[in-house]
Amino acid sequence: MLLDNLLSIIIFIPLIAAAILGLFLRGNDEAAQNNAKYVALAATLASLLASLFLLAGFDPSNTDFQFVEEGEWILGLTYKMGVDGISVLFVMLTTFLMPITILACWDVKDRVKEYMIAFLVLETLMLGVFCALDLVLFYLFFEGGLIPMFLIIGIWGGANRIYAAFKFFLYTFFGSVLMLVAMVAMYVDAGTTDITALLNHNFGSETLEIWGFQILGGLQTILWLAFFASFAVKMPMWPVHTWLPDAHVQAPTAGSVVLAAILLKLGGYGFLRFNLPMFPVASDILADFVLWLSAIAIVYTSLVALMQEDMKKLIAYSSVAHMGYVTAGIFAANQQGVDGAIFQMISHGFISGALFLCVGVIYDRMHTREIDAYGGLVNRMPAYAAVFMLFTMANVGLPGTSGFVGEFLTLMGMFQANTWVAAVAATGVILSAAYALWLYRRVVMGDLIKESLKSITDMTPREKGIFAPLIIMTILLGVYPSLVTDVIGPSVADLLSQQQAAVSELNAANQFAEAGGN
Amino acid sequence: MGADLNIILPEILLSVFAMLGLLVGAYGGKDKWAPMFVWATSAVLVATAAWIGLQGAGTARAFDGMFVDDGFARFAKVTILLSAAAILLMSEGYMARRDLLRFEYPLLIVLASVGMMVMVSAGDLIALYMGLELQSLSLYVVAALRRDSVKSTEAGLKYFVLGALSSGLLLYGASLVYGFAGTTLFSGIIEAAQGETPVGLLFGLAFICAGLAFKVSAAPFHMWTPDVYEGSPTPVTAFFATAPKVAAMGLFARVVHDAFGGVVGDWQQILAVLSVASMFLGAVAAIGQRNIKRLMAYSSIAHMGYALMGLAAGTAQGVESMLIYMAIYVTMNVGTFAFILSMEKDGAPVVEIDALSLYSKREPMKALAMLVLLFSLAGVPPLVGFFAKYSVLLAAVEANLVWLAILGVIASVIGAFYYLRIVYLMYFGAEESELDKGGSGVLWGFLVASAAAMVLGVINLFGVEGAAAAAAATLVN
Repeated sequence: MLLDNLLSIIIFIPLIAAAILGLFLRGNDEAAQNNAKYVALAATLASLLASLFLLAGFDPSNTDFQFVEEGEWILGLTYKMGVDGISVLFVMLTTFLMPITILACWDVKDRVKEYMIAFLVLETLMLGVFCALDLVLFYLFFEGGLIPMFLIIGIWGGANRIYAAFKFFLYTFFGSVLMLVAMVAMYVDAGTTDITALLNHNFGSETLEIWGFQILGGLQTILWLAFFASFAVKMPMWPVHTWLPDAHVQAPTAGSVVLAAILLKLGGYGFLRFNLPMFPVASDILADFVLWLSAIAIVYTSLVALMQEDMKKLIAYSSVAHMGYVTAGIFAANQQGVDGAIFQMISHGFISGALFLCVGVIYDRMHTREIDAYGGLVNRMPAYAAVFMLFTMANVGLPGTSGFVGEFLTLMGMFQANTWVAAVAATGVILSAAYALWLYRRVVMGDLIKESLKSITDMTPREKGIFAPLIIMTILLGVYPSLVTDVIGPSVADLLSQQQAAVSELNAANQFAEAGGN
Repeated sequence: MGADLNIILPEILLSVFAMLGLLVGAYGGKDKWAPMFVWATSAVLVATAAWIGLQGAGTARAFDGMFVDDGFARFAKVTILLSAAAILLMSEGYMARRDLLRFEYPLLIVLASVGMMVMVSAGDLIALYMGLELQSLSLYVVAALRRDSVKSTEAGLKYFVLGALSSGLLLYGASLVYGFAGTTLFSGIIEAAQGETPVGLLFGLAFICAGLAFKVSAAPFHMWTPDVYEGSPTPVTAFFATAPKVAAMGLFARVVHDAFGGVVGDWQQILAVLSVASMFLGAVAAIGQRNIKRLMAYSSIAHMGYALMGLAAGTAQGVESMLIYMAIYVTMNVGTFAFILSMEKDGAPVVEIDALSLYSKREPMKALAMLVLLFSLAGVPPLVGFFAKYSVLLAAVEANLVWLAILGVIASVIGAFYYLRIVYLMYFGAEESELDKGGSGVLWGFLVASAAAMVLGVINLFGVEGAAAAAAATLVN
């Protein structure tokens, strides 16, 4: 009975906790603030615990959706939830990272209750995205995340937070509304908003002519582009990535962690759930376009990252570069590429989250993110230096860390799909080593000469405790990647075989038509 | 005849109530009765709404079809009456403290409501005009209720002059339609307007649409809206933004489907253009506004654009989505105006949005409720305002108006900016707001109820969708 609604339980525990905080917690003294923190921590841990049951009960060899719940909902829509091999690990990633995020903002003093509520609501919305099996339900969770994130950046952010909050909101909102029209069009075409049914629906791919333009792939291409507009902004892909550095720099540490580690994955998940399987022909036609965009993103944003003077901005650009591997891997549309893309997203969740936490540790002490303000931290903060070292290396993709597996698999997938793209993207690996190691050298190495740093203290036990699970996951996935690939493999294989079947069917039809024409 | 009167009994009883009230007020000590009148009137309006709402299904026609009582009319009437009652309750405290609480005020609202009920039940051009004028004349007066204020009298006069112009347009259209169709009954017009329609009839249709567009304040017939909204006393503005909009949209739907249902293609273009113009004008022009009443005026113009998008679909689903949209729109506006009415500094009303700076620290719960309403007005999921937009988009795409849907969502992004700016002021502002704390419990109740509806409606729309579907089915077949 309880297991029947396991997904709903996981998703809505944080929301219920948020409602309890909002309605029943009064006062703003220290005790109330502590209560808010403990309630939030307890809720995220409860959600994590429940999701462990999900993982235990999940059968990787079954490529259908599991733990499916279905019920009536308003306006003729259905409330349908479920997970498959592609989404289950994203659920785990979210529930795993949220308690860490809550712990990371333990020192917040301003409007603690509201802060915790915003994060709890955000968790519910993010989990909902990964589990929703109804188009409109998906959109609801996907877009709903904007509201708490807007508030998190705007209220608790840095000096230029208002500009960043507006840019974040309007950019991503604009990206998504076109997707909404596309969803409505899909409903009109297929007569259902059920994602499982839509996955088996063939959207028209005959060439259309609109205002004199020949549109290869027809309806599929148009829908593909609308979804792409939304997910590319969320991802973010070059050239629509410009909101990300602003949002990251201005967001508080925990906000940056959630943004980089989980919210960016919504775009990649969307590509995997919608673009690739629902519009296979359009994906095939436009694959080279995405691959080249990704290659440009990897090289360009790596170069931009090299020149940053703000630590958070540097890591933000590095995130965009790493997301380039993800998009390239997805649209390489082969087993290594897609496996690698999912792996890269999960590993990036741990690594980028940890890197932002690393910045947070010294920002809390010095209140500046300027790289030039630091130097020689190793002398007074040896433990910090070691942790930062590990995650810098993981970010570069050192073998033995999870970063390596993701990059290697996606590059392998890219190589099979388009050798030139793989060659260009591989230079990104070198560039990432350059900017990450240079950052590390400037911040941690050298002599401690700056007067202001002379009294800086090493990490507290709480901070060490936050990093411990991230270190374990990064190394564990680095040396034993089949923990992930075994779960996602069958679902990915199933997705790709369907996609390839659709494409080859069309090619055969085209050849037949040509032969007939001759 | 007796059966006819039975059908319009609610309207008759409301009119009798208003006239008795006038007598009591005029002979019995004038304004000292006013607070009691407000409560009594609200109770009567709610009771009438319940009576109408609980009537069974079925369609009845009175006076040879001039007056139609069907599911559509009942849905619109319930919405109108409930919103009128809500606004009356909200206005009592505000009006009393500014010495504006005349006994005529609630009675004029009742008369306007009767006019609106006739509008949505009209089955004939004459009935249409009668209802429209009864409504408009009452509204002209309440707009100028604050007689010693230049702005208020200016608002009343402006509304009157432009309203008369629009009535002229509408009458001109009606006379053309009568000339070419040979009848004023909608049931006769729809027979004349089939297939190859005489040009004169289409001219008449265009003029009627222009006149009605003025009443719903759709661009490019919106010019009066910001000034009238700004100049009228705030409770009156709240009234303008709710019940009359529902009535006018209901009348619009009634005319285009009951009288011109045979030439959907002809009016679809008009409505689509009105819709696009309203959505964009509402979104863009509101950006520069610092006065929250003017801002809400542009916001209502934009919202009418979306409602018209549903209507432009020309299908039963389109009407259904329009009704759902209007019901949700009214709920949101009641809450928003409850908030605006409670914005006071040292007892004086404040309308500048800059005064809300960091309001969330001063009144966290009120700010949160307003935040929910603003995001809902912007159409951001997961709030109910999103479902309103979703249903009209769905209707438009199903009717092959994909371009309209795309323009609509683009306008909604532009429009999101100014709602967000209020959120930004309330939550990220620099100095703390100096608005009065506390305030009336009635306003608080409406604000919270409306915000709660925007959140809880996601789980269940309180039966609105089923009622709207049934209502739309009686209008379009």
